[in-house]
Amino acid sequence: MTLLSPVWTALLYLAAAVCFILALKGLNSPRTARQGNLVGAFGAVIAVVAVFLSVHLDNIPWIVGSIAVGSAVAAPVARRVKMTQMPQLVALFNGVGGGAAALVALLELAHSDDGWMRVAVVFTLLVGAVSFAGSAITFAKLQELMTTRPVVFPGLPVVMSLVLLAAVGTGAGVVVSGSQALAVVLLLLGMVAGVLLVLPVGGADVPIVISLLNAFTGLAVAASGLVLGNVLLVVAGTLVGASGTILTRAMAAAMGRSVAGILFGAFRGGSTAGSTAVSERPVRSSSAEDVAVLLGYAQRVIIVPGYGLAVAQGQHTAAELAEALEERGVDVDFAIHPVAGRMPGHMNVLLAEANVPYESLKEMGEINSEFKTADVALVVGANDVVNPAAKTTAGSPIYGMPILEVSQARQVVFLKRSMRPGFAGIENDLMYEPQTTLLFGDAKDSLAKVLAAVKGL
Amino acid sequence: MDGVSLLTITVLAVFVGFEVVSKVSSTLHTPLMSGANAIHGIILVGAIIVAGQAHEPLVLAVALLAVVLATANLVGGFVVTDRMLEMFRGRKPAASGKAQKPAPGVDKATQKEEAR
Repeated sequence: MTLLSPVWTALLYLAAAVCFILALKGLNSPRTARQGNLVGAFGAVIAVVAVFLSVHLDNIPWIVGSIAVGSAVAAPVARRVKMTQMPQLVALFNGVGGGAAALVALLELAHSDDGWMRVAVVFTLLVGAVSFAGSAITFAKLQELMTTRPVVFPGLPVVMSLVLLAAVGTGAGVVVSGSQALAVVLLLLGMVAGVLLVLPVGGADVPIVISLLNAFTGLAVAASGLVLGNVLLVVAGTLVGASGTILTRAMAAAMGRSVAGILFGAFRGGSTAGSTAVSERPVRSSSAEDVAVLLGYAQRVIIVPGYGLAVAQGQHTAAELAEALEERGVDVDFAIHPVAGRMPGHMNVLLAEANVPYESLKEMGEINSEFKTADVALVVGANDVVNPAAKTTAGSPIYGMPILEVSQARQVVFLKRSMRPGFAGIENDLMYEPQTTLLFGDAKDSLAKVLAAVKGL
Repeated sequence: MDGVSLLTITVLAVFVGFEVVSKVSSTLHTPLMSGANAIHGIILVGAIIVAGQAHEPLVLAVALLAVVLATANLVGGFVVTDRMLEMFRGRKPAASGKAQKPAPGVDKATQKEEAR
């Protein structure tokens, strides 16, 4: 049925596009974010209703059934997923979106006889397939279905170049001939390229790749909008592509890396490969009770949570410790490095889940000047993000990465599993400084022991 | 719609996309990524159009697969973002207007009072 005139359809699409912009805008502040997201979802509903009312559609029962199936699968998973596993779920949703865009383009090829239209089809196919396969590998890495270390084999750059050349050649063939068989070949080549793109990326850099693939899917959706002549898809896809690009760059900057360096670093014998060398230099290790005394009688404590805390799922214990200290009148803040956790901003989500108010979560720029006034900086499962080598040692792999300046606190306590270096595979001189104390063990266990000791003070 | 109009819209959307997220705090990077992820699930509109025009069983099957995948992206993306954001609570749920934090001294004094 076509109940809506083209003008009304265009106006509804405009309303949906405005909703999407408001959704992204709302996500600028924790106070408006949730409302913004609901506005975005409302925009999506408007758009879907508009398409049903404005285009003559056959197979409506099938379509409605498929929407029901998709919702029935995705909604419960999204409701139940643990917050620590959220990055891989985002990767998964991103991948299926890219796959959907590629499939739409594949089918639209039959209706596009214009050369430029076919260029857009080829772009959507290729980028959508890269995003789909790349996200699948990202998911497998984060879910630890496969190794999180970079997978590199000799000749990888050559294979990658050959695949890309073949893809460009096939793409040109599709534009000229409009053959769907060639398009399927292109789809497969795109998937191989996606796998090869993500395989060499190390575990710590995977989050940035999710963001990049997210931007890719956005661009694929925008291109499919050009193919279908649908303005809403063009606007929404471009919005996501542009914002995803900015976000990717912001995240990469927070890690002191370039996006190209992350993608191609491993091709050149990457820097996130990590080392397992253990130094012989003496350190001062201590008991949970000593750490509790240090914390319990401090005026101001800044907790620096890192990847190790997320892996040990110790965020609830960390929040309880902060609460116990605040009850004793200690001023406690969390200093969050932009890339703490398994995904940029992930630590904020984990601590928010543990009921830490967002006012206590301080960003790096805000908290760095305050370490001077802190009695104790408690570093839990973080290493590279507090390593002074990023400022002092030119030539170090992390040189230039912005760090949390914990060395300015009067005392520094590290909760660490072992003396192994962090992802960057370099030593942290801060651990050998006289003001530093180390407490070895699993982050969650150590926190629980310190918490018990603080309560007993 | 003609090519130039579409190009105009695309270029403007690029600038809006850049502008809208350029000031976002790193606190919300994860929800923002997830929210943007949900928005590109709107490819569902394209999948519905293609499925509605399918006449051969194979084409319909592929199109319906696209509908399922796109719906999973759209619905799952918004739901998981909502769940994340639900957890971001302020210190005082009542005072949602401004995120004010009392002066450190006052704060500590009142907390000590409560503790006793």
